[in-house]
Amino acid sequence: MDFATILQVLDSTVRLATPLLLACLAGLFSERSGIIDIGLEGKMLAAAFLSAAIAATTGSVWWGLLAGIVGASLMSGIHGLASITFRGNQLISGVAINFLASGLTVLIAQDWFGQGGRTPSLMGGGRFESITLPLAETLRPVPVLGPIYAELISGHSILVYVAFLMVPATWWVLFRTRFGLRLRAVGEAPEAVDTAGVSVIGLRYAAIAICGLLCGLAGAYLATGLQAGFVREMTAGRGYIALAALIFAKWRPWYALYACLLFGLLQAVALRYQSIDLGGVVIPVQVMDALPYILTVVILAGFVGKAIPPRAGGEPYVKER
Amino acid sequence: MTDPAPAIELKGISKAFGPVQANKDISIRVMPGTIHGIIGENGAGKSTLMSILYGFYRADAGEVWINGNKTEIPDSQAAIKAGIGMVFQHFKLVQNFTVLENVILGAEEGGLLKPSLAKARGVLKHLAEEYELSVDPEQLIENLSVGHQQRVEILKALYRQADILILDEPTGVLTPAEADHLFRILDNLRKEGKTIILITHKLREIMEITDTVSVMRRGEMTATVKTAETSPEQLAELMVGRKVLLRVDKKPAAPGETVLDVDNLRHVDRHGVERLKGVSLQVRAGEILGIAGVAGNGQSELLEVLGGYAEGTGAVRLRGQEIALAGRGSDGQARRARSIAHVPEDRQTEGLIMSYTAWENTVFGYHHDPRYQSGPLMNNALIREEAAGKMERFDVRPPDPDLAARNFSGGNQQKIVLAREIDRDPDLLLVGQPTRGVDIGAIEFIHQEIVRLRDAGKAILLVSVELDEILSLSDRIAVMFDGRVMGERRPDETDQTELGLLMAGVTERPEGDAMSAIDRSLEAKETREAERHG
Amino acid sequence: MDRMPAWADAVLVPLISILLAAAISALVILAIGENPVDAFTLMVEGALMRSSGWGYTLYYTTNFIFTGLCVAVAFHARMFNIGGEGQAMIGGLGVALACLFLPMPHWTLSLLVATFAAAAFGAAWAFVPAWLQARRGSHIVITTIMFNFIAAAVLNYVLVNLLRPAGAMDPASANFPETTHLPTFQDMFAAEGSALFRGAPANVTFFLAVLACIGVWVLIWRTRLGYEIRAFGQSESAARYAGISPVRTTVFAMLISGGLAGMMALNTTMGEAERLVMNATEGAGFIGIAVALMGRSHPAGVFLAALLFGFLYQGGAELALWTNIPRELITVIQALVILFTGALDNMVRMPLEKLFGALRRRDA
Repeated sequence: MDFATILQVLDSTVRLATPLLLACLAGLFSERSGIIDIGLEGKMLAAAFLSAAIAATTGSVWWGLLAGIVGASLMSGIHGLASITFRGNQLISGVAINFLASGLTVLIAQDWFGQGGRTPSLMGGGRFESITLPLAETLRPVPVLGPIYAELISGHSILVYVAFLMVPATWWVLFRTRFGLRLRAVGEAPEAVDTAGVSVIGLRYAAIAICGLLCGLAGAYLATGLQAGFVREMTAGRGYIALAALIFAKWRPWYALYACLLFGLLQAVALRYQSIDLGGVVIPVQVMDALPYILTVVILAGFVGKAIPPRAGGEPYVKER
Repeated sequence: MTDPAPAIELKGISKAFGPVQANKDISIRVMPGTIHGIIGENGAGKSTLMSILYGFYRADAGEVWINGNKTEIPDSQAAIKAGIGMVFQHFKLVQNFTVLENVILGAEEGGLLKPSLAKARGVLKHLAEEYELSVDPEQLIENLSVGHQQRVEILKALYRQADILILDEPTGVLTPAEADHLFRILDNLRKEGKTIILITHKLREIMEITDTVSVMRRGEMTATVKTAETSPEQLAELMVGRKVLLRVDKKPAAPGETVLDVDNLRHVDRHGVERLKGVSLQVRAGEILGIAGVAGNGQSELLEVLGGYAEGTGAVRLRGQEIALAGRGSDGQARRARSIAHVPEDRQTEGLIMSYTAWENTVFGYHHDPRYQSGPLMNNALIREEAAGKMERFDVRPPDPDLAARNFSGGNQQKIVLAREIDRDPDLLLVGQPTRGVDIGAIEFIHQEIVRLRDAGKAILLVSVELDEILSLSDRIAVMFDGRVMGERRPDETDQTELGLLMAGVTERPEGDAMSAIDRSLEAKETREAERHG
Repeated sequence: MDRMPAWADAVLVPLISILLAAAISALVILAIGENPVDAFTLMVEGALMRSSGWGYTLYYTTNFIFTGLCVAVAFHARMFNIGGEGQAMIGGLGVALACLFLPMPHWTLSLLVATFAAAAFGAAWAFVPAWLQARRGSHIVITTIMFNFIAAAVLNYVLVNLLRPAGAMDPASANFPETTHLPTFQDMFAAEGSALFRGAPANVTFFLAVLACIGVWVLIWRTRLGYEIRAFGQSESAARYAGISPVRTTVFAMLISGGLAGMMALNTTMGEAERLVMNATEGAGFIGIAVALMGRSHPAGVFLAALLFGFLYQGGAELALWTNIPRELITVIQALVILFTGALDNMVRMPLEKLFGALRRRDA
């Protein structure tokens, strides 16, 4: 494996990690507020479809992005209604949202475009173009660092940079602001927040709204950045990998970045190679596919550092004396 | 000169939950700078009333006046704004936040945390000096003792500049010394002009610290009197509505051979905290051994280990035969097979399956009995038939075996548990809080059943946080503190004071200053706890 | 006191939830420019008015009974087993191995061996999440989700690298031997030359599914294990007090649950495809969630709900065939059923409780 190949694999890691990272941070906001979210997949899918559909119709990726955010937020709204307002089972609601998105996207795509549940391919302004950072070409000849800058750091679409910037932003919001303090508190002890005169419902809906926004970005990136258009089930389990990454990261923003990069790398390698020969031991591609899930189970099992979720996660808040 | 307006005045507050009238036309006036006690039995409606005052529930009818102004309190936010602070029985703290973070939560100075934390640090220092309320502000709540956690709750209220402080059963989880410290704090607060409402069901506390007291019974306010002009006897009578039978009618015990022999029993909970630190005791046939102690000093764990649902080390012998404390053969099934019956402390989360019918519950824990099997199936017809008999003998009302457990009153639920455990004529009965949340009528019945079993020559280990219950039922009393038995006494040779000292870990009556002895004992306990967490 | 009579809780709440789901589904059909009444008529005709339609409906029903029971048994122990899909996949592997390597001289014996293999493989796949939940406190919902993906990877590997016959392109096993072929409804009920159930995949495993319903009922309400599973599901602390081992109960409930999911593969793999293919489960594991929720975790309810979903699946296929409505409509309906009967339960329940409360007060 030469340097250029490594760069290519890493470049593709960054691209593949982006939707995972956005969805993972989305889940982080939701779960930190005490709302377990296994519906990330469905929200991303809804966003992917709507962003592609509107981008294809209007020719503007920005309208597409907005539509994607609206789509994911609608799904978030259903989740909020079920799990916050009606105090239903958050897991079941998440499952329902995944199916709802899976069915509705194809149903509407077929109705709107008649292309067997996909949107037309996006061209030109319908896609996010890659951005060349300043001096990328000038610096390219510099050994090692030049290609890293030009290939790996430069040349991604805006959403990739947004995703990576979201990591410090999330950390700052969570640990340095009043909103973050209250958000973390509501996921640990909602009764403490309530008796302090702060609305549990309001905070949780705010968290769900942020979750919808970030899932919207994730889905839009899938359909208008990573690929050029929507195809059925295009999230392909990414929502669940993001969920796995969230647990792997123990609900912390910087760890989320590392987990998503790791899982992105696994995907990149699996895409490029059918099997990997490690000096006689052949690792089949299926192991790459399964590795994020296996790692998450290992973490969950607590053999390597226990993952302790927010204490009030999954429990609807009922006032009591 | 006119009197100042009352700090709080409630006028005709009523609140119903479905068919239950929790508060009926309640009116009180509390003057500023006083401590007002509200006393009543469990379920008398005290907590509901305070929840209304703190905006948790909305009253169906009635008005709240604060400092002479009619005030609407639709939520906690409004209560805080009106200057009301509440210290709940179960603390409302975020366990993995620091003291400081808990204090500022909901009362931050702006969008960013830094200035809020800086300000709170200063205010806390000041409050600590003024009211003897010192707590390490950077410590995580989960590392604090219960007493300190309670101080954080009070600090929270004071930080929000509360003038009116409500404390709901604040001493239930405290040792007598911790409670005394709390009362010193309350006294300081009163001197500074704060108004305090103290909700409790302990007469001693009312007499000790309050200026005025209201008595609640079954949702109604039965009387409001000046504390100085009343007596515990009068309050007790107002509370329960008739003369209380404090002494249980029983013959002197005729103890026989030793049935239960516990030797150096230890138990470490799942957080790695040692809850039992070498408990040794014996219970003989025909005798009731009462375990007294403040909740959380190892009594529950003692029952759990003996009952077979927590593991322990040491030795426990039943009629001289060792019983397993860990691993195979140490579970509840094995205990029952050895004729150990157990009425657990909490009937709702342990003793009964609330959604199961009464008849299903009458074999709960005994469902492995071959008598209840027919082939691979359970013999439901037989179980149901026997259940009807047990319910009749224990006067369970209504005597309907098909009714789900949650549809019985607390007293009748407890009778179902007793029926199941006593009916099998066990050699040893473990009983935890037999009359918690049970109405007076059922209390007498339950006490009589326990004494009857004793008179039939059975050994009984009784755990209760109600000292009165311990004193009136037990033939011998062992006091537990911090996972150890501090000493044994005979009920006729001791009194509440001596037991109270033992409950605080003081084994000998100190010569001079009792309080400082208790403080020393508690400090030692806290140091041990801090080391454990460190 | 109970807030509502038991019958209202058992029948009225799910019924209203279903009606809500149906109404929204009708709106969806309207929104994509089709007529819901026509669509429904077409579904009924395609699924229920012809014997072959019934043959398909009951084929799907068989799947959903197994997966519905799988979720229901876990629910009784208060566990949410989302892993039915993966357990069914691995169950399919068990069926394939039994049929390919342990062929019996007659289909009855083959079915016996395959049933054992299916249940054992499905149960084994449920064992690890169950054990991790019981011993290590790992959230079973998350682990079973992860195990679904791991199962897909395992199956993919086995089919591509191990079971695929030499020279074959698609990732599937070889065809099963003749003696493992199960009698279809056509074989069983159609006279020579009759069109009854012609070509339909419903087979003898449907009766196995019905037996499983009865078996689960007996297990849950008539045996000691069922008594313990329900008690554990209601209150873990009470179960501990009674000497009911949480580990044992969790593991047993999940083994039974996984075993039932695995047995679903008998129908798809042995009864229909007669070889193991990549996507044999077709999401039936997830439909089990809707079926169990709708059936209130009671075997009779599961049977009825499975029948409804069988009808929806066959009807949906007819719709896709004759109209512009894609099969995904069924996914939407399934989502709505899960949403209303599972997550928005309180939306229906709260007003009903108020209503019954008001009625009771008037009586009093």
